[in-house]
Amino acid sequence: MDIMPKWADVVLIPLISLILAAILSALVILGIGEDPVAAVKLMVTGALGSTYGWGYTLYYATNFMFTGLAVAVAFHASMFNIGGEGQAMLGGLGVALICLFVPWPHWSIAILGAIAASALFGAAWAAIPAYLQARRGSHIVITTIMFNFIAAALLNYVLVNLLRPKGAMDPATAKFPAATNLPTLHELLAPFGISFSKSAPANISLIVAVLACFGVWALIWRTRLGYEIRAFGKSESGARYAGISPFKITMLAMLISGGLAGMMAINNVMGEAERLVLNAVEGAGFIGIAVSLMGRNHPFGVFLAAILFGFLYQGGAELALWTNIPRELIVVIQALVILFTGALDNMVRIPLERMFLALRKTEG
Amino acid sequence: MTSPAIELKGISKAFGPVQANKDISIAVQPGTIHGIIGENGAGKSTLMSILYGFYKADAGEIFIKGQKTAIPDSQAAIAAGIGMVFQHFKLVQNFTVLENIVLGAEDGALLRPSLGKARRELRRLEQEYELHVDPDALIENLSVGHQQRVEILKALYRQANILILDEPTGVLTPTEADQLFRILARLREEGKTIILITHKLREIMDITDTVSVMRRGEMTATVKTAETSPEQLAELMVGRKVLLRVEKAPARPGKTVLEVEDLQVTDDSGVERLKGISLNIRAGEILGIAGVAGNGQSELLEVLGGVSAAQGTIRVNGAEIDLTGKHSDGQSRRARGIAHVPEDRQSEGLIMDFQAWENVGFGYHHDPAYQKNALFMDNAALRADTARKMEKFDVRPPDPSLPAKNFSGGNQQKIVVAREIECNPDLLLVGQPTRGVDIGAIEFIHKQIIALRDEGKAILLVSVELDEIMSLSDRIAVMFDGMIMGERLPEDTNAQELGLLMAGVANGGAA
Repeated sequence: MDIMPKWADVVLIPLISLILAAILSALVILGIGEDPVAAVKLMVTGALGSTYGWGYTLYYATNFMFTGLAVAVAFHASMFNIGGEGQAMLGGLGVALICLFVPWPHWSIAILGAIAASALFGAAWAAIPAYLQARRGSHIVITTIMFNFIAAALLNYVLVNLLRPKGAMDPATAKFPAATNLPTLHELLAPFGISFSKSAPANISLIVAVLACFGVWALIWRTRLGYEIRAFGKSESGARYAGISPFKITMLAMLISGGLAGMMAINNVMGEAERLVLNAVEGAGFIGIAVSLMGRNHPFGVFLAAILFGFLYQGGAELALWTNIPRELIVVIQALVILFTGALDNMVRIPLERMFLALRKTEG
Repeated sequence: MTSPAIELKGISKAFGPVQANKDISIAVQPGTIHGIIGENGAGKSTLMSILYGFYKADAGEIFIKGQKTAIPDSQAAIAAGIGMVFQHFKLVQNFTVLENIVLGAEDGALLRPSLGKARRELRRLEQEYELHVDPDALIENLSVGHQQRVEILKALYRQANILILDEPTGVLTPTEADQLFRILARLREEGKTIILITHKLREIMDITDTVSVMRRGEMTATVKTAETSPEQLAELMVGRKVLLRVEKAPARPGKTVLEVEDLQVTDDSGVERLKGISLNIRAGEILGIAGVAGNGQSELLEVLGGVSAAQGTIRVNGAEIDLTGKHSDGQSRRARGIAHVPEDRQSEGLIMDFQAWENVGFGYHHDPAYQKNALFMDNAALRADTARKMEKFDVRPPDPSLPAKNFSGGNQQKIVVAREIECNPDLLLVGQPTRGVDIGAIEFIHKQIIALRDEGKAILLVSVELDEIMSLSDRIAVMFDGMIMGERLPEDTNAQELGLLMAGVANGGAA
């Protein structure tokens, strides 16, 4: 018998963790002489109070959905893919190449090409650590972290030396052709008579991200490959007994994971910047770890957690803009949320389990 | 009458909703061997953990020599004169015997004086109890039986008057077990009190003075060993009459199903695990492989089940099997009609976090019956199939959605056995089918294995339980050090002869 009902595990624990993180954040804000209530109000109106705010929140959330799913898939195979950052960078390179060098007639075809290219590049970047893990036993955490640095250096080289337009001063590619520009939510919702902010970056990639959530759910719980991934993740010796090849699963899970992380590029590179800049990923690869942890590695949880982190990102940016709360404090608040929902999970879980046990005892 | 060496009064302990110990009271007289018998999960280990300070009882009192004693941790247990010999030894493999004995009982910052003291003390203990071990030998070079002696010496060095032994014979050959019992008898003569925890009725009958039976967390009876019988104890353990003997008709072997020739396995560190094994099994017969754990039986099962690679030849129904290729795995073996109940159901046979229905598909997840189309699995079909198998094999509770870890050991094993038998194999590999399984389920699983044999299937049975091998097998092969020492018919041999073969004495010591 499980100690806690499922809803407590899925809903109650993240909620309590969030509330704890919020309380601690409020204390920190109080400590630097600002008003936490006003700060929360500002965050909420800034992130959710207008379609402009929503547009940014959902834009960030789209990034986090991709990287969160990437971490979740690898996690089901019991691997910790810390390399989402680098894989998303490479995904950006794939998108840039295919947008710049292929003459696309229309965005609807271009996005398919970009999805394929970003997934391919992201997967390729994950393939090397995966191979090293599967064949040589080099720990995937170490190698994927190292590959983040290599990706940054590679991108730097490619942008400065190869893709930078002649005479340009910044390390970035040229603007992508207009035919590859993705429709924003403003354009998508206008035909339905819904007016959405014109300047917000949320775009059709959001729909791709939501589809990816469904896709990952079906993969993990409905397909044979998903079954094998989960079996391998729970017990490698069991997988060996059943004839599930550890090499094959390690490779496939990491390829899918890297592909998902890479696909983030259709949002930030193709959808928003419309060119490839040096620091396009902006840490979304790492946020994906927190998103996956908080979402219990379930695509629906990832979806919700991604929106929460999108809210924190956008709300945090508003705070920094309108108050004396320094930008760094926003990072502190985000870190507190990660700390409580991820690392300190047991701090909430164990007392809660005791409580449920005590409750059951009095009933029985 | 003197006060008991140790007395428990009203001990209760619950883990969440599970009542592991319910109002347990026993009194162990000094200078006796007191057996505690019960099935897995009956609460024996919990009780001993309370006695040794690992768990705190919810209620109840402990008296040692009539004195009420609190045992909050193992230090307190040692101070109270209680010594524990665990089923899995707690020895440092690359330390010497002497270093292990001193470990945790050093006198000061410098090691040398305590080692010297320990050496003198060890010599005294050796003479007093006839416990001979070389104090300077490394643990890793000692046999299992000798390692166990070191554990006993460790307890005696800490001046234990009460020794608790948890399933001490699980890893011993019959000969080593006899030696252990001689040591225990000697300790009893010297006035030590011994508590022996076991699930083997024979050991209880052989050595104990008094026996307490536990069932579902309760102490159901305490009786004088001389005044009871194995049948009565089994009934007290299970709560109903049990058939201790396996009933089976003579085998009617058919054509040869499995032929193994010169099978060799060398492990990663270059140690030869199988040194040229040859055997064959015909349809409708059970070949039992006897042996002390770690003599190559696991490797043999794994090679046959496709889990690991080997050199040599294996033929099933006359067709040779690929042993080293890329596709030599569990999948290819199943395709050839080999089913495999692995030795360790928790780390191999089941995914403990998976629900029962997911486990019933485990290894058979490529089966066309479980596929909806090229992309998706037919989970509904798998669930329905699971419900059917659970009913047929009397798995309790019959809930396909329950995770494997929430079933008892016996029911977990029934899930594995159901999965492997119901796929209608030509050859069934069975490793330790009843390890950690309650008596009721043992009876059931044995019947299923016999029934499969009677359907004309070939069965390879590996077990460290000699009784199980002797009662199920139609032929018995004994393995020692990666070789087959000899083959016997169960009706022509006995435990002593097999025990000698298991210890590596060729020809079973017969002249």
